[in-house]
Amino acid sequence: MLGKAWNWIRTSQVWSSIFRHGIPRDRRTRVMAIMSNVFLHLHPVAVRKSGIRLSFTWCMGGLTFFLFLAETISGVLLMFYYRPVPEYAFADIIALRAHITLGLLREIHRWGAHAMIIAIWLHMMRVFLTGSYKPPREFNWGVGVILLVLTMLLSFTGYLLPWDQLAIWAITVGSNMGKATPFVGMQGPFTDMVQLAGVPLVTTKSDAAFMLLAGTSVGENALMRFYVLHCIALPLAAATLIAVHFWRIRKDGGISGPL
Amino acid sequence: METTAPAGRSTYRPPWRLLIGAALVIFMAIPIVTMVIFGDVPMPTSIDKFKEFTNRLSVPEVSLTFFFTPLFVAGFVFYKEWTKPVVAIPLGIVFTIFYFGSMVIDANYFAILEKPDNVPISMMLFGTGFLMWWAMRQAAINDENIRQGKPLLEGSKDDKVLVWPDLVYTELICIVIASAILVIWSIVLRAPLEAPANPEGPPNPSKAPWYFLGLQEMLVYFDPWMAGVVLPTMIITGLIGMPYCDTNPKGNGYYTVSQRPFIIFNWMFGFIVLWVVLIVFGTFLRGPNWNFYGPYEPWDASIQPAMTNINLSDYFWNGENLAGFGLGVGLPENMWLRELPGIIFTLAFCFGLPVLLARTVMRRMYLQMGALRFYFMAIHFVIMGMMPLKMVLRWVLTLKYFIYLPELNFNL
Repeated sequence: MLGKAWNWIRTSQVWSSIFRHGIPRDRRTRVMAIMSNVFLHLHPVAVRKSGIRLSFTWCMGGLTFFLFLAETISGVLLMFYYRPVPEYAFADIIALRAHITLGLLREIHRWGAHAMIIAIWLHMMRVFLTGSYKPPREFNWGVGVILLVLTMLLSFTGYLLPWDQLAIWAITVGSNMGKATPFVGMQGPFTDMVQLAGVPLVTTKSDAAFMLLAGTSVGENALMRFYVLHCIALPLAAATLIAVHFWRIRKDGGISGPL
Repeated sequence: METTAPAGRSTYRPPWRLLIGAALVIFMAIPIVTMVIFGDVPMPTSIDKFKEFTNRLSVPEVSLTFFFTPLFVAGFVFYKEWTKPVVAIPLGIVFTIFYFGSMVIDANYFAILEKPDNVPISMMLFGTGFLMWWAMRQAAINDENIRQGKPLLEGSKDDKVLVWPDLVYTELICIVIASAILVIWSIVLRAPLEAPANPEGPPNPSKAPWYFLGLQEMLVYFDPWMAGVVLPTMIITGLIGMPYCDTNPKGNGYYTVSQRPFIIFNWMFGFIVLWVVLIVFGTFLRGPNWNFYGPYEPWDASIQPAMTNINLSDYFWNGENLAGFGLGVGLPENMWLRELPGIIFTLAFCFGLPVLLARTVMRRMYLQMGALRFYFMAIHFVIMGMMPLKMVLRWVLTLKYFIYLPELNFNL
């Protein structure tokens, strides 16, 4: 009875319009399963047996990607509740704990972010120690370095959003570095020399820190700017580069191993 | 290593590893012995004395110089020995007991470790430590196999499996386990949240997010333009440029140390000592006013260590604190003349030293890599070296700046 129903489903037009192959039981259908699925086909069809051992990869790159997805999902849900203006931001964070069913969204997002940073560092360490950045993977290593920087920037911009003491002073310490940028920061070396006919081109309202904060200190403009960077700009950039990163892994010969 | 020597040649080889090991042990014992003999530090005969002892030894000038760096060197030289499970497991157990057991004996340490924002630091420490052991263990086995002409752990190129089912199922299992850990972690521990933002009242200490604290620690030794802009930029350019500079064809796709010792030693020194250890310093041991506090020391904001930092120009023109070494003529009026010694030193260090290296100790590397690759690598290499150099000069000579040009906001 059940077998009959299952058979009917599998031979229906709906099922066969979605899955172009049989149950992946033999070599041909297993290859088809990877090739005919847009997400799975980021993988090669076959990989080195040694490459997928946990002792070789530690699964740290995969874990980083998993955490990116977890951050995206929990982040979208958080956006339903959070308003990026000083009047509401902190109160909304409190409300997230107090009034929302289970109240774990922010915890998942916060701890996931920390874990993602650690995972991506350890992924980099693994790739370095196995020499997997060597030809033909030089370019993909570079993409990975930019992804690492983006991950830290994602975490840095998100740090401000709870609008508590930890947030604004951590961002103040961090963005003070912008003021010290050579040539384009107000307190940086040689900035006084950047002039046009005696008129200074870099002022407290046009230097690198101002560009980052949209103000001379961490205030409501900075909150909005960091919110947009955190929720739209940086995730889009990261997602794009992740696609490049995965595609290049496949094109460069899958998981690395001895030549 | 046994070698069959040709007739007529001496078979004697100095036991290098033993000598290095002995030198490291003697070096690491220097602060303990001198402090016990000449200092006022008691032998750790009770828990309180042990705490004071540890606090005194943990200051950066002592612990980085005499503990973390030699330990790193020892870990690199003796990676075949310490990674054996019979050595590594007891070491791990002792460290874990010491790390968490200290929470029982000291309230200050407890307060640091249980702070929610510091939880990731513990994870980072144990994660990095464990994975470093795993990597070095496999490198040790591979290196031994290479020496004996046996196959590598990673097997051969032709040994392939299909992604479905072997990889996709592994990924599925990882996703399930990681999700469970993340949810349980979130249930058990609340995410950190402090008092509402108050733009008028900075907390003391004000700290950047934990993953930037290695750079904030560098602020002790460098001005913000260097610690916050130039050094991070050079870390990024150095990392991106690394694959194009590393022309060594060996060690591609498997764990090894013996086939690429130079890059592994330097990269891991940067990552472990100059990044991870400095983050631990920044989070656990830097208190009010960014002063240093030992792990068992209360964060007393009223303590103000005396600081007299002297610039290179003072040393050169005045001979400050080094009577007889400086010129003793006073600082010149002209700022360029005044800072000339520092400017010459800096240029020589950043650009002259790479040329010198190319012609002497790194000549073979220079010939292998070519000029462009070599100088890209060497400039990043010496500037990374400038970090420990400046730290040591600060501790030994209380040197503040090589170049002090407040007229241009240019202090190095």
